[in-house]
Amino acid sequence: MGAGLAVAGDPALESAREYSAEQARRFFYYMSMMREVEDRIERKLYRQGKIVGGVYVGRGQEAIPVGAGLAAAPDDMLFPSHRDMALYLIRGVHPRQIFAQYMGRIGGLTRGRDGNMHMGDLRLRIVAIISAMAASVPVAAGAALAMRYKGTRDVAFCFFGDGATSRGDWHEGLNLASVQRVPLVLICNNNQYAYSTPIEKQMACANVADRGPAYGIPAEIVDGNDVFAVHSAALRAVEHARSGLGPYLIECKTFRMTGHSAHDPADYVPKHLWKTWGERDPIDRAKYAILANQWAEPEEIAAIESGIRREVDSAIEWAENSPYPDASELLEDVYER
Amino acid sequence: MTTTYLEAIRQGLWEEMERDPDVFLLGEDIGVYGGAFKVTAGMLDRFGERRVVDTPISESAIVGAAIGASFMGLRPVVEIQFSDFISCAYDQIVNFAAKCRYRWGAGVPIVIRAPSGGGIHGGPFHSQNPEAAFVHTPGLKVIAPATAYDAKGLIKSAIRDNDPVLFFEHKALYRRIKEDLPEEEYTVPIGKAKVVREGRHLSIVTYGAMVHVALEAAQLLDGEGISIEVVDLRTLLPLDEETVLDSVKKTSKAILLHEDTITGGLGGELSARISERAFEYLDGPIVRIAAPDTPVPYSPPLEEAFLPNLTKVVEKARWLHKY
Repeated sequence: MGAGLAVAGDPALESAREYSAEQARRFFYYMSMMREVEDRIERKLYRQGKIVGGVYVGRGQEAIPVGAGLAAAPDDMLFPSHRDMALYLIRGVHPRQIFAQYMGRIGGLTRGRDGNMHMGDLRLRIVAIISAMAASVPVAAGAALAMRYKGTRDVAFCFFGDGATSRGDWHEGLNLASVQRVPLVLICNNNQYAYSTPIEKQMACANVADRGPAYGIPAEIVDGNDVFAVHSAALRAVEHARSGLGPYLIECKTFRMTGHSAHDPADYVPKHLWKTWGERDPIDRAKYAILANQWAEPEEIAAIESGIRREVDSAIEWAENSPYPDASELLEDVYER
Repeated sequence: MTTTYLEAIRQGLWEEMERDPDVFLLGEDIGVYGGAFKVTAGMLDRFGERRVVDTPISESAIVGAAIGASFMGLRPVVEIQFSDFISCAYDQIVNFAAKCRYRWGAGVPIVIRAPSGGGIHGGPFHSQNPEAAFVHTPGLKVIAPATAYDAKGLIKSAIRDNDPVLFFEHKALYRRIKEDLPEEEYTVPIGKAKVVREGRHLSIVTYGAMVHVALEAAQLLDGEGISIEVVDLRTLLPLDEETVLDSVKKTSKAILLHEDTITGGLGGELSARISERAFEYLDGPIVRIAAPDTPVPYSPPLEEAFLPNLTKVVEKARWLHKY
């Protein structure tokens, strides 16, 4: 891939061919909302000291949770990683709840018990990640096992980064899932860095996808910055898993367009990579495909973008007015009441 | 009919499997083989592969899968073949299962059964008592039954509990301890200790296999005019502090006895609570009897020296009685 993909000749134009204006606009909306919410968190609220803890965003990687998340049916279980905010938006979590979560307010999904993307809601069928990478993989395998146990046709979606695939839990989880042939879709966000460690120091094989067949799991590699391609691949994976053929692995090649966390300037990333991958921005590419296909006029795109900014403004205001939890809540909910 | 400790656990599991179609078993060699100790013998034939799942050797994935299945409304019961291997699943238990309810309100109704304890020449990796690490983890419940009656009643309560429960079965008791169990169904509440022998001069607070050592010591010392009360904790987390304190307040002397190694063991925690809340009742130092801070050795003379036993308990009890 060369520079300047968000122009004529972008492969995303090809992958977009099967899509409708409505679908493309949904992709664009959720990616843009994720970008706006995370930009405010990382570049405004964090720097203003309003976020009390860590900030980990998915800048440049929005096509992965959006493309995969919109391929899931409402009853499918989602196991997001920490750069998959759009999954929450897709399931109906309001941006104001996300801001409140980051700010440690009771309006967040965990009422201040945990921060950043460490949140879940079983009613929305989203399970909260823990900080030990890949721990969700066997948990998702177990959820998928239970779906088959109960005779449903639901699927579990598990998201993780390239770094997580070095953990034993990843390998144990894939192996167990494959032996049991459970309906599990595995989505790898290969953003090429695990904190400061580049992929070549993380693994000696060329692709995460290469590991799938070793476990008897079919795998494919997809352009992780092309939301249409990610969505199409996820649909293939869902079809495979839902029809009882077992797990399916998708490796989304992308790039982390920021530090590991808000405090990390990522000086270890060679400068040319920012430029190369900046030109492959998934939102710009989706926007280009929409305009090229005349699925929306530029004014409509601008209206969507300004609508998002207004929604985010009021969401931040709401979150800042959400109280901190009272210290009297400290001892509650360690066990069932 | 007389029932062994092992058979009691098997019965408890079996009854819960019959009662609730959402209860299912996961573990290594539990199906066709019936489990390394045969606790799940016959269950595959009765309940089928769907509900008795033989897994790869992947303790972390087994516990993780149980957590995931519990989110979907099932009630998984995991067997860790030997509790020594539970360390492989530490992250799933301590970071995932134990913290979900507090963090985001998701209960994790799983049971993790783990045969533990020494006295069978199992050596360093088939004899450990890893309960203390989990007692140090808020969000878990930890059970260590000493009798067939309690083992059956507590495994049933554990399965019905909506929080993650670790169930440490002492494997030296599996076939050694037996008693008549009630015909009718019963459960034993989690979080309740039991005074298994009443006495006046000193209290021995203990659990698991050491309950039987304590009872033997009490019997023997009764002949010397020393009246010993034995408290069986049964549940280690949450601790039934009230029953322990009531006993110590009555006798004014306490021996804290466990097979686990001494440093960081339950004895230290119990000792602190007694001195914080019953100091003015004490008429002698709080005494700990536990294994020394070594791995569990293999060779019989070494293992015998490692494990607390009747001689050690009797000696310390005499000394404390005279104090």
